[in-house]
Amino acid sequence: MLGTNLEHIKSVEEFNEVIESNENVMICCGRMGPMCLPVYDVMENLEEKYENVKFYDMEFDAPHAHVLRNHESASGFMGLPFTFYFKNGKAVKATTSIQNKKQIKTIIEEHLV
Amino acid sequence: MNVKHYDAIVLGAGAAGLTAGIYLARANLKTLIINEGSIGGQMVLTHAVANYPGVLEASGRDISLIMKKQAKEFGCDIESNVEITKLDLNSNKKMIEIDDDEVFTSDVVILATGGKPRKLGAKNEDKFKGFGISYCATCDGDFYTDKDVIVVGGGNSALEEAVSLTKWVRSITIVHQFDNFQATDHAIEQAKKNDKISFILESEITEYLGEQQVEGVKIQNQKTGEFSELKTDGVFVYVGYIPNTDNFKDIIDLSERQEILTDANMQTNIKGVFSAGDVRIKKIRQITTAVSDGTIAALNAIEYLQN
Repeated sequence: MLGTNLEHIKSVEEFNEVIESNENVMICCGRMGPMCLPVYDVMENLEEKYENVKFYDMEFDAPHAHVLRNHESASGFMGLPFTFYFKNGKAVKATTSIQNKKQIKTIIEEHLV
Repeated sequence: MNVKHYDAIVLGAGAAGLTAGIYLARANLKTLIINEGSIGGQMVLTHAVANYPGVLEASGRDISLIMKKQAKEFGCDIESNVEITKLDLNSNKKMIEIDDDEVFTSDVVILATGGKPRKLGAKNEDKFKGFGISYCATCDGDFYTDKDVIVVGGGNSALEEAVSLTKWVRSITIVHQFDNFQATDHAIEQAKKNDKISFILESEITEYLGEQQVEGVKIQNQKTGEFSELKTDGVFVYVGYIPNTDNFKDIIDLSERQEILTDANMQTNIKGVFSAGDVRIKKIRQITTAVSDGTIAALNAIEYLQN
């Protein structure tokens, strides 16, 4: 399990429930490395600002993470973390490697809220 | 635009910045740490720290997470992974704007912005980030299992990361701009004796080639000026660190190497602006020296505010 203050998704069932039962979801799938930690920091910071977006992480090396590692929107991704934005259960945007707060906010504003 | 005032703002959340934050917040000063990169700075890249007194052995990441927790528990606010878009340090009331939409002011500022990996500056570098260009072997190495990659650079980071990448990849070509390496003898020896590693010296990558992902690079020989192309599945870039002083290079006195000049109290040339850590001019850059700088800067900043 990742050592963040975010909610962790710990199974495929939980992943399906999270994206089906929430309108706006951001999930960062990564490790505890230097490219991933800054993204978790931003998500923890944005949780208060965007109350209608749910923020989760998923451990990249966990067995259930295949749902995101092999997600169609992550085709060609070769840099951690893989970050996904879901609206009404559908991935509307995904990014590979580190993104800063401004880039993340822009995606949320454009695709989720 | 909302403006929020703090007693003290620390720029940077590496060992120096977090230490300064801890001391400032413990002195009951309303403190904000603004950080453009990863909390912990370069410390998070260190797998095992065994020379930090009081800690037998821990990862740099774990030490930084504890420092962050300490800073937050003493009351520090932290804005991380943001971009500083405007900055005024000359007035008595210092002003810092982030991401074009939030403004913070303070009576004192500590510059602890550390260093950042130098980019290569080759064509298409931004386009292929995460699609064949990486700056972190431990993060992304396994995506290149049984593939051919290039490592750029000739210092310790480049050679050590190249050796660590051999766990996954089929072959590594180290491309380096000089005909000799800046790494330690041990690192050079380890790289040279590894069968998977070959070298192209006195050469620089000028362009990344490919459609969706990196498929090759264009290389220029520094001696002859001739260009050649090399097929590759990925490129790991380790061409050194530069001090993060771009935001204030016109107002803060810097060394020739763009490091911040301070006196022994970490005071810069501007009243109420202190500096600490790797961004400051100094010879030894360790977690211990960053912590020391952060302490001295914070205590002098507190004294400045009391007067």
